[in-house]
Amino acid sequence: MPILKIPSPLRPYAEGQSSITAPGEKVSEVLEFTLEQYPLLKKHLLSDDHQLRPFVNVFLGDENIKELQGIETPIKENDTLMIIPSIAGG
Amino acid sequence: MLPELSHKEIHRYSRHLLIPDVGLKGQQKLKAASVLIIGTGGLGSPVALYLAAAGVGRIGLVDYDLVDFSNLQRQIIHGESRLGDLKVESARDRLLDLNSEIQVDIYNELITSENALEIAAPYDLIIDCTDNFPTRYLVNDLCVLTRKPNVYGSIFRFDGQVSVFSAEHGPCYRCLFPEPPPPGLVPSCAEGGVFGVLPGTIGSIQAAEALKLILGIGEPLIGRLLLFDALDMSFQTVKLKKNPGCKICGENPEITELIDYEVFCGMPAHDHDAGSAGEEWDITAEDLAARLDEGVNLRLIDVREPHEQEISNLDGSELIPLGQFASRLSELDSAQEIVLYCKSGIRSARALEILVSAGFKKVKNLKHGINAWALEVDPSLPIY
Repeated sequence: MPILKIPSPLRPYAEGQSSITAPGEKVSEVLEFTLEQYPLLKKHLLSDDHQLRPFVNVFLGDENIKELQGIETPIKENDTLMIIPSIAGG
Repeated sequence: MLPELSHKEIHRYSRHLLIPDVGLKGQQKLKAASVLIIGTGGLGSPVALYLAAAGVGRIGLVDYDLVDFSNLQRQIIHGESRLGDLKVESARDRLLDLNSEIQVDIYNELITSENALEIAAPYDLIIDCTDNFPTRYLVNDLCVLTRKPNVYGSIFRFDGQVSVFSAEHGPCYRCLFPEPPPPGLVPSCAEGGVFGVLPGTIGSIQAAEALKLILGIGEPLIGRLLLFDALDMSFQTVKLKKNPGCKICGENPEITELIDYEVFCGMPAHDHDAGSAGEEWDITAEDLAARLDEGVNLRLIDVREPHEQEISNLDGSELIPLGQFASRLSELDSAQEIVLYCKSGIRSARALEILVSAGFKKVKNLKHGINAWALEVDPSLPIY
């Protein structure tokens, strides 16, 4: 199953998990599965109209899904998705 | 015409001169270069130290803050002897002790839309070592508008990000993050913490990128974002592309001059950890102590994380971490007086907003948090 990697800033909203194995053939399905399990993550990822929020990115391998087909991007069994959030510490 | 190197400088930089990619000419380029470092904290410390050691001829330092005891866990340019001093003066003195042959300019002020163009004017490139979203967007826009490369680094807990945003050749920060998170959604390092060596890793990479840009060697991180996870001890690079719809570097830019970044981000341009919910909603530590002494029946709700209770705690308080707050409102009674607290008053002010928007009226925020209680009421508690 595809894997969704959770960066440390968002792990408190995913019960500390660093990655989640989620079924799905599209990015949106993986996100939906993840958010059903960890609803506190939702406001960090998706807007009310189910679009990625403008301060977070999801990458499939080294490609931003914005450059592919957004959350409708198809994914394969062994793909790894990675969330890249805005962080500002210095 | 590049500046000559003295015999003393040739001795000092001999390990650079031995590398053919640097050599005498490269070292002269470093001597001729000017770099502005915005922020002299966790990231700014290693960046400034390595650039000074490498012989960058002119270094500008911007910061408005004072050296605090809680800085020393990671801000290695400062020391105990400089506690309470201006950060820019502490940093300048350390740099000149390391290398007296360079020029260090200091700007003891908050960088803003009003002064940014003037401060940045003398420098070839800018290094973003800031600690808050408004200043990150300001630095990005400043670099796009003035066509200067922005060597970006950012950290939180165990995660770091580095890139070189050079809008003439690739994407800018806004291409990746068109808008900042809403206020309160992403905690700052002052609230969420940061692994002390993390800025050492990320800052060293920023310094390396800056030196490469000056020397014109290697492949800069333009169009790439380097991600570092200190827990997995993994580095990963992803591709970044220019966003044609970017509001500042896109095809039809809407932003053509610096804007008000505190308004744009809805938050202050600093990472100070003293929070308040506004006069109407705050209660000071002394007033809370007086009310508890009177025997007033109130519920004390701690909105910190469980591990913070081991550091300090108020007797009789109940824990509801901020992340769970909205989903646990049913545990609270709007008829009863509630006082919320956290470390410094920032997270509890967010919790207060949630309660007020849910119709609660008898609710107060402990101004400046349990740290204020430790300072004003109970010195047996530590300040963290």
